[in-house]
Amino acid sequence: MTVATEELKALTIAQVVDARGTSCPGPILAAKKAIGGVPVNGVMEVLATDSGTLKDLPAWSKKMGHEFLGSFDDAGYLHLYLRKMK
Amino acid sequence: MDTTRKTIILFSGDFDKVMAAFIIANGAAAMDDDVTMFFTFWGLNALRRPEKVATSRKSPLQKAFAAMMPRGPGRLALSHMNFAGAGPKLMQRMMRQQNVMSLEELIATAREQGIKMVACTMSMDIMGLRAEELIDGLEFAGVASYLGDADEANVNLFI
Repeated sequence: MTVATEELKALTIAQVVDARGTSCPGPILAAKKAIGGVPVNGVMEVLATDSGTLKDLPAWSKKMGHEFLGSFDDAGYLHLYLRKMK
Repeated sequence: MDTTRKTIILFSGDFDKVMAAFIIANGAAAMDDDVTMFFTFWGLNALRRPEKVATSRKSPLQKAFAAMMPRGPGRLALSHMNFAGAGPKLMQRMMRQQNVMSLEELIATAREQGIKMVACTMSMDIMGLRAEELIDGLEFAGVASYLGDADEANVNLFI
């Protein structure tokens, strides 16, 4: 399930991970490193420039048991959101 | 969700194939999988220290092998378009431009992520490589050890 850009922008963010400039597997390594600091039910925002992240972060979230919320492209880079479920 | 296990046999010592193996391994570890990498034959060269290391006695053939093979990730050849060593340098430059992690960084990250790296002792004997010539943090074992891990894995790659 993904939600609209406006809803994503309105989310309260527990942690922002800046993976801009890194290529595969940089963004998921960054997500893995940061998720520990996010409380359960908290939202993590990942910033990325590698377009593969649009597929990789949802796959990572599914495997890790978190809920991928959606993404949008803004000012040349990606904003991706997921909710930590456990 | 249960954590699963992946195993990768790295047989090749080609720079590009070693890169692929470490990217897959690090990706799997980032997804909370237990990963075993088993290094055999030419793949062992990816684990060599870049400097020359004094070792216990070797046969003349073992010495020759060790001298002719690349020492570490910085000296590996490309599987295609190697151009007598210029190819890997060009690829490394392109990787830097694209912010792709270097092979050295990928290996360091693999260790940080707790990826189990196993050097095949039989290949080490054949090729005249001693443990002290390889980087720290390795385990030393044989085919049964690999197969034991592979039995529990849902993905087994031979690269």
